[in-house]
Amino acid sequence: MKNYKHTILIVSLVALTSACSSLGVQPWERDLLAKDEMALNSSPIDASLDDHIYFSKESSSGGRGFAGGGCGCN
Amino acid sequence: MQLINNKKPSKNKVNITQLLTVATCTLLGTSAQAEEEKSWEFDTALMYYGETDRVQATELILAGTKTFEDEKTLNLKLTVDALTGASANGAVAQPNVQTFTRPSGKESFNTPANETPLDDTFRDTRLQFNAQWTQPFAEDYRISGGLHLSKEYDYLSVGLNANIARDFNQKNTTLSAGVAYSNDTITPEGDIPTAFAEMVPPGNELNRSGTEDDKTTVDLLLGVTQVIDRQTIMQFNYSYSQVDGYLTDPFKVVSLVNSNGMSEKQLYENRPDKRVKNSIFWQTKHHFLSNSIIDFSYRYFWDDWEITSHTVDARYRIPLGDSYIEPHIRYYTQDAAEFYQPFQLSSNPLPSYMSADYRLGKMDGITVGVKYGMPMKNNTELSFRLEFFQQSSKSTGVEEPGVLNEVDLYPSINAVVAQVSYSF
Repeated sequence: MKNYKHTILIVSLVALTSACSSLGVQPWERDLLAKDEMALNSSPIDASLDDHIYFSKESSSGGRGFAGGGCGCN
Repeated sequence: MQLINNKKPSKNKVNITQLLTVATCTLLGTSAQAEEEKSWEFDTALMYYGETDRVQATELILAGTKTFEDEKTLNLKLTVDALTGASANGAVAQPNVQTFTRPSGKESFNTPANETPLDDTFRDTRLQFNAQWTQPFAEDYRISGGLHLSKEYDYLSVGLNANIARDFNQKNTTLSAGVAYSNDTITPEGDIPTAFAEMVPPGNELNRSGTEDDKTTVDLLLGVTQVIDRQTIMQFNYSYSQVDGYLTDPFKVVSLVNSNGMSEKQLYENRPDKRVKNSIFWQTKHHFLSNSIIDFSYRYFWDDWEITSHTVDARYRIPLGDSYIEPHIRYYTQDAAEFYQPFQLSSNPLPSYMSADYRLGKMDGITVGVKYGMPMKNNTELSFRLEFFQQSSKSTGVEEPGVLNEVDLYPSINAVVAQVSYSF
């Protein structure tokens, strides 16, 4: 069982290292990433409405952006 | 005449340069607009949020982005929201009718037997303004600065932020850092209750400690964005937030109960005047070759009030011709703050801090929704979003004496979110 875990760990590390060396794309390979819908925050208005809802109903905030609130809803 | 003659060739030269730029950009498949000034682009949204028997909110957002030469952008946003309805005041449900004093101290209201006490004086309108300027700065750097101003009937928040980002590795890796500061002032109806003061019937002298109080928040945000391959991008953020000042909710009470679970009186809550919050956030977006996109994120949050939480969020955008449909699921789970307690036994000494605010308690939340977006004439988009949110409070394992066994101390909240957005 221990050997099995070690094998997984080594395979994962090798996979991770080899993946890191080839991370990223050439400028001409950005066709899909350049789409508006592939932006990390592609719907900022939805995100801001959601942040307001969950900030006022839960004890956590922030993560994607700043944690500060700016409203008395919490 | 001479001047005019001299000017003409130069004007022609500019036109040829512009033509060449357009031609080159067309050949390279990039936009000739990139370096030029664009007209304003607007995002607008109207959202309705409604809880069963509790809070109802309507929020309107108008946001405009103007792109100037050299990728400089100005973003202005106006948010207006109106809240009405009832909110739990922290007191426990009882097998008999209970009477509570409103925050003003001038009126009272009754809560029927076996029902969670809800204060329906909750009514507010908020106006918020945000402005953000972003521009490139030296090679591979971007800087951004912004401000916000938010005003409610009893609340004022003013804040500033500054950010810097640097691209590495042919823009495949971006490191970013940001700092934000805000100062909030609360001037509650009926003033600031003294910690642990007893809620008294209307007409009695209120035990208050001033008309307003404030808090300051300092936020730090560090991020790494990494392009993984042609179809995948990832982001890791760490955020730190330190809040100092008045963090108590002036409208919340804790019930003092006897050994039979019967409520004897209500004491105004008290929270520490400092809170340090941390979170790590991981987001991945993957573009499938079928043109659908998955957006997955996970956040782990912890603070020095001993609250910890996990948030998992997944959106899956499926193209339907020119339109798209995007199912969404979000799961949230939170552990209680160390000073959270649903009630206080009158036989026990009072702790330094206590709050029965369910939002500081143990809870789970689940949101399931769908968004439908469709392109309209002239590159505009109309979208609709409908979501259902359920929040379930849980016991922290506190033993419930006598009658508290027969009432619901941990009610669930059900809410619906409906939104219409238009971008033009």
